[in-house]
Amino acid sequence: MNSTLFINTARFIALLLLQVLVCNQLNFMGSLNPYVYVLFVLLYPIVSNRMSLIFLAFTLGLILDLFLDSGGAHAAAAVSIAYMRPAFLKFSFGAAYEYQAIKLNAAEALPRLTYFALLILIHHFILFTLVYFDSSKFKIILYNTLINGGFTLLLVWLLNALFSSKKS
Amino acid sequence: MQQLLNFFFKNRTFLLFLMLFSFSIVLTITSHDYHKSRFLNSSALMSGSIHAFFSKIGNYFNLKKENILLLEENNRLKALNLNRSIQYTAVSNDADNYQLTPASVIKNSYAFPQNYLTLNKGERDLIKEDMGVITSKGLVGIIDQTSSKYARVISILNTKSKINAKLKKSNHFGTLEWNGENHRSVQLHDIQDLVKLAKGDTVVTSGYSSIFPENIPIGRIESFQLNDTKDLYIINVSLFNDMTHLRHVHIIENLDFEELKTLKEKNE
Repeated sequence: MNSTLFINTARFIALLLLQVLVCNQLNFMGSLNPYVYVLFVLLYPIVSNRMSLIFLAFTLGLILDLFLDSGGAHAAAAVSIAYMRPAFLKFSFGAAYEYQAIKLNAAEALPRLTYFALLILIHHFILFTLVYFDSSKFKIILYNTLINGGFTLLLVWLLNALFSSKKS
Repeated sequence: MQQLLNFFFKNRTFLLFLMLFSFSIVLTITSHDYHKSRFLNSSALMSGSIHAFFSKIGNYFNLKKENILLLEENNRLKALNLNRSIQYTAVSNDADNYQLTPASVIKNSYAFPQNYLTLNKGERDLIKEDMGVITSKGLVGIIDQTSSKYARVISILNTKSKINAKLKKSNHFGTLEWNGENHRSVQLHDIQDLVKLAKGDTVVTSGYSSIFPENIPIGRIESFQLNDTKDLYIINVSLFNDMTHLRHVHIIENLDFEELKTLKEKNE
């Protein structure tokens, strides 16, 4: 139990710094910035207190808002995916996910990919809606969601593969 | 009462979510309002010092480019000084109205509709809200938040920013805004359709705003078209500054700012 606590604390701080100091300085091809901090919500232990995840996601988002001058957009997006997560776990891994206590990294690649992709898309859509905050800019919001979402998914996938401990 | 408590207990996850979500929405809405974004910003001490620490590392990678920029500026100023030295007395006495403070950019963004910069100078360096920020090449933005050591600047690449600007050639003035699309150009609005425009004309600050002195360069006219009612131009201005590489800037203080402000308020 203590090691999960340690891992999640380390992940929280590492992803926060990675986001602010590296990912938001990238501006790849003009305006592409991946939001890798969603990995914290994605990888949070499945068997855990939902309220603590919601609260932690909110805190992470709020600290990012403070660094990136984005009002409360990151906090709103992060807290939303933290709340919606169980539904998507069920959708991607089947209803049994709760009882089997699956390790995410032991699961097959395809359900893991759908789970990552769906939550990232929802997160980015809420984020860019709040950042632009203008209904006439719907096209730009959608474009940014897809492009940045793809970039985030790629990086999240690579980061996850890099740091996961394979037990096969 | 029992049922009410039960209800809260049963839905506590949803209620927590709802509470935190609405709190962040309120923060977002206030941040979109020019005068209310006071809660969270990057001039705060903790985020400011982390940005400052890491920008020190980044500084080394740009030394060469910065040196060339400084050399160019020195060269320009020297040339100006040599050419002016004879008629120096002709410079009017309003030269002392503005005071400059050098500062470094420790955080910059340009990929969002609302971009802000953070500078490493704050209240203890006598930096206040509503001071202008420029580089040797041109306009950067206006300071909107300060903490004791840091200041936040609303970049001209911010859809909230509105700055008074004019055409250098003909002195026609309008409002400089940004449509949030391209970080290389901003838009000048409210110029009459009678005015003759040409590509490449220079746009400078008008000096009406009491934040910036007159004739600070902004950019060149890239293209122009009439607005929907066909009586005013919308002019695309390509910026002199490369907003993606800002390191050293100057903060302008108008020493008469308070006086001008009280005069304005009296008239209203």
